Amino acid sequence: MTNLLSRLFGRGKKGSGATAKDRLRFVLQHDRINLPPERMEEMKREILAVIVKYLVVDKDRVEIDLEQRDRSHSKLVAEIPVVINTPPSAANSVNQSVSAADGSDANGANKGVDTDGNDDAQDGDAEDDDAGKETEDAQTEQRENGEETKDAKA
Amino acid sequence: MGGKVVTISSGKGGVGKTTATANLGISLASLGKRVVVIDADIGLRNLDVIMGLENRIVYDLVDIVEGRSKLRQAMIKHKKFADLFLIPAAQTRDKMAVSPEDMVKLTDELRQDFDYILIDSPAGIERGFRNALEPADEVLIVTNPEVSAVRDADRIIGLIEAADKGPGKLIINRLKTNLVKKGEMLSSEDVFDILGLTIIGIIPEDELVLSASNSGIPVTLNLQSKAGMAFNNVARRVIGEDVPFMNLDENRGIFQRLVRLLDGR
Ligand SMILES: Nc1ncnc2c1ncn2[C@@H]1O[C@H](COP(=O)(O)OP(=O)(O)O)[C@@H](O)[C@H]1O
Ligand SMILES: [Mg+2]
Repeated sequence: MTNLLSRLFGRGKKGSGATAKDRLRFVLQHDRINLPPERMEEMKREILAVIVKYLVVDKDRVEIDLEQRDRSHSKLVAEIPVVINTPPSAANSVNQSVSAADGSDANGANKGVDTDGNDDAQDGDAEDDDAGKETEDAQTEQRENGEETKDAKA
Repeated sequence: MGGKVVTISSGKGGVGKTTATANLGISLASLGKRVVVIDADIGLRNLDVIMGLENRIVYDLVDIVEGRSKLRQAMIKHKKFADLFLIPAAQTRDKMAVSPEDMVKLTDELRQDFDYILIDSPAGIERGFRNALEPADEVLIVTNPEVSAVRDADRIIGLIEAADKGPGKLIINRLKTNLVKKGEMLSSEDVFDILGLTIIGIIPEDELVLSASNSGIPVTLNLQSKAGMAFNNVARRVIGEDVPFMNLDENRGIFQRLVRLLDGR
């Protein structure tokens, strides 16, 4: 009710005060750990560069963020989705990540769209279905062809 | 230990430290306390004019520290309150003329004869701030509800805590209630959420502050002034009274009342 009234009188919308609060939160997060945003991005890139030497990760869904309870309690929280590995016989990791992308497109979830939106389950399924066929899939250059190729094999 | 040393600081300049110090000094004196206010902003003397005592200065803080003046000689008695004194800053010297240890020594002497020693800190995080911080028993941090002022306050709060002088208490100065209501200014709750310090004062924007500084009569002596009343409340909280925050709502019109009613406020 109050909300309705407020909105009717133009008080419900987000004013510059709320923007000020958000911006303050952002700058203080970095001020408090003495690490400016641009250095933080650099650090994230370096962390990721190390991890991809060992694991295949879904780079588009990596989240490395600072969580701050108050001035003296900050923690860096990282969520780095790892692409589920194929059997040991599988090709090298570069090929694997290519196949993961192809595979999920092949599932038809995101036809013609970037692979970003797929969740773990789809990726995993794709891997299972395609187990042992990596090389062929990886060689399928055109994404649109992915589904046909797979159907043909299924 | 006797008297208590209360330092008034901020990160950013121009947020109202000197105004707050002068008014707290007057209010504490009017509450019957024996008070000394010290202008620690060496090179940028200001507290004397805000208190209307600029024409009585003979010696200053540096004169005391360097032994040219006895402590009592340099203390300027307020026109209205027999137990309120000012120690002015030197106008022509630089901050390095006084050390944190000098301030501790000086205030230890004052503690014996006074209830409150208020120190008006300079802006920034340099020597002058260290001088003001070192002897403090309590630190009040003045800020305005603005991004840059709050950001700088956060910085100073960190330094105060690192020096084991925390947690300080916040004075939010120049709050514009009408803008807060429109969502166009950070509210005191917003500032609290962000800085996480106890709020000891919320002072509204008030044109009478300017007239007060023009005339050298701090606004808390003007009974018409909301800012003056708010400063007086801060003083009462400093001495340990439990004073509710005043309602700063200027025009509680029919609409606001309706909203409040429906909101259960
Ligand atoms: N509550 C207020 N309402 C209106 N003007 C204010 C208020 N508080 C401070 N000011 C004005 O803000 C300016 C800076 O205040 P001052 O006390 O000198 O700040 P600081 O000592 O932190 O540099 C002065 O011109 C003063 O008159
Ligand atoms: Mg000042």
